[in-house]
Amino acid sequence: MTENENTKSIINVEDLCLWYGNHQALENVNLKIDSKSITALIGPSGCGKSTFLKTLNRMNDLIPEVKITGKVFYNNIDIYDPSTDVSNLRRQIGMVFQKPNPFPMSIYENVAYGPKTHGISSKAKLDDIVEESLKDAAIWDEVKDRLKKNALGLSGGQQQRLCIARALAVKPSVLLMDEPTSALDPISTSKIEELTLELKEKYSIVIVTHNMQQAVRISDSTAFFLMGELVESGDTERIFSKPSDKRTEDYITGRFG
Amino acid sequence: MIKEKLSFKRRFYIVIMRALMYICTSLTACLVLALVVYLLIKGIPNLSWEFLTSSPSYLTGRIGILPDILNTIYIMIAALIVVIPLGIGSAVYLTEYAKNKRIVSIIEYAAETLSGIPSIIYGLVGMLFFCQFLGMQTSLLAGALTLCIMNLPTIMRTTQESLKTVPSSYREGAFGLGASRWRVIRTVVLPGCVDGVITGCILSIGRILGESAALLFTAGFAHTLNGFVDGLGSSGSSLTVALYVYAKEQGEFGVAFAIATILLLLSFMINLAAELTQRFFRRKKTI
Repeated sequence: MTENENTKSIINVEDLCLWYGNHQALENVNLKIDSKSITALIGPSGCGKSTFLKTLNRMNDLIPEVKITGKVFYNNIDIYDPSTDVSNLRRQIGMVFQKPNPFPMSIYENVAYGPKTHGISSKAKLDDIVEESLKDAAIWDEVKDRLKKNALGLSGGQQQRLCIARALAVKPSVLLMDEPTSALDPISTSKIEELTLELKEKYSIVIVTHNMQQAVRISDSTAFFLMGELVESGDTERIFSKPSDKRTEDYITGRFG
Repeated sequence: MIKEKLSFKRRFYIVIMRALMYICTSLTACLVLALVVYLLIKGIPNLSWEFLTSSPSYLTGRIGILPDILNTIYIMIAALIVVIPLGIGSAVYLTEYAKNKRIVSIIEYAAETLSGIPSIIYGLVGMLFFCQFLGMQTSLLAGALTLCIMNLPTIMRTTQESLKTVPSSYREGAFGLGASRWRVIRTVVLPGCVDGVITGCILSIGRILGESAALLFTAGFAHTLNGFVDGLGSSGSSLTVALYVYAKEQGEFGVAFAIATILLLLSFMINLAAELTQRFFRRKKTI
């Protein structure tokens, strides 16, 4: 997979449709996601942006009665091919959720959970991974003296950065973030935003956000979803200054949503 | 003004209602208290070290309940060894794996109905199936297996309910890291609800301890001193059955009350254990 490091797009979505039972939630989505950059998914509630995000690491597999057609290529491999190892896929495409969801274990155990899942058991190695991941998630200084304490004792913002550290610990190349700051206060939000910008150096990030300023502040490209349809995608600057579709313009100027 | 006086009718109504509730509460409390005190007064004088640690002998006329205590423990161990893995396993399957929610809800409904059936019916079925059809005769094993079937729905349902209290965000988080379903269950879901599962099991122990009707049919009445393995294969009475036999067939009411005191003490301890486990895990969760 290393030969793709230099190519620009890391995920390539072609004609993706998704149904929950009889309800079609995504219609013919085509999108390329750039490597080592931040892609923001925007759109009103229920437009399918979170659903779309979850198709990228097959988290929708967990929901019964989901039907998917079309193709999602990750590094030129079709992730919906029956031969795909879902566990390995999710190791490479990590996820951070809307509500911070650390496990009810110690801070250390939370971060070590992923590496342990993928077979790392040496204590020294785990120690290194935990420290490195917590540093990458900009939370090491706050928790280094209480790694054995329960993670649920942290504040919401700290919990979310811990969840980011937990996702980083399995060394993914893509990070999916589903409205990671919607449950947080402004200060925690700005910390996560700064962190996201730093993470861009090493990871490709796809972030769902309700907050248009946030999309402008941190993303390189933006995709606008409306009622299951990808209306428009492109450079964030271009989308927010010269949208080519009337619906995009209406949405970003706040006429609906 | 707020200080306006209530009408006589309303004040009268309030006083009467309050009095009625006092009466109901004190009646309930007195009933329980009277029962316990009566049992203890009747039972404690008949308790002695020899009574607890010897087996009965017709030759010397000695009465001892050691075999009955051991039989009760054997039945409990045998029943729990089978029912706990079975109950927890089926609960995990139904809640975490099963796709067809329709069939799951039918099974849940059936389990709830089963747990409401009078225990004597389990005894009858146990006698026909284990003792006669499977040829186990009246034995502690047949009794233990009958109690297994009786407790299976309870353990399954309580485990299921505790599994459902684990937030789905924990599961998502673990799946998102690439964990397999079994790893998610083993490392995140089960530890997250272990208190509920253990409480369910402890309450089941209480039910096993207190069960008599189902054992009358299946486990027998002998008071012989046996080891665990020999005991399972032979007939033997549990404490509850012994209580029935001493009181009803031998007219030994003193002995019956002494056994009742022991049973009361044991069930008190079991409830205490259930309470303490819950507290222990709740404290652990909040730290």
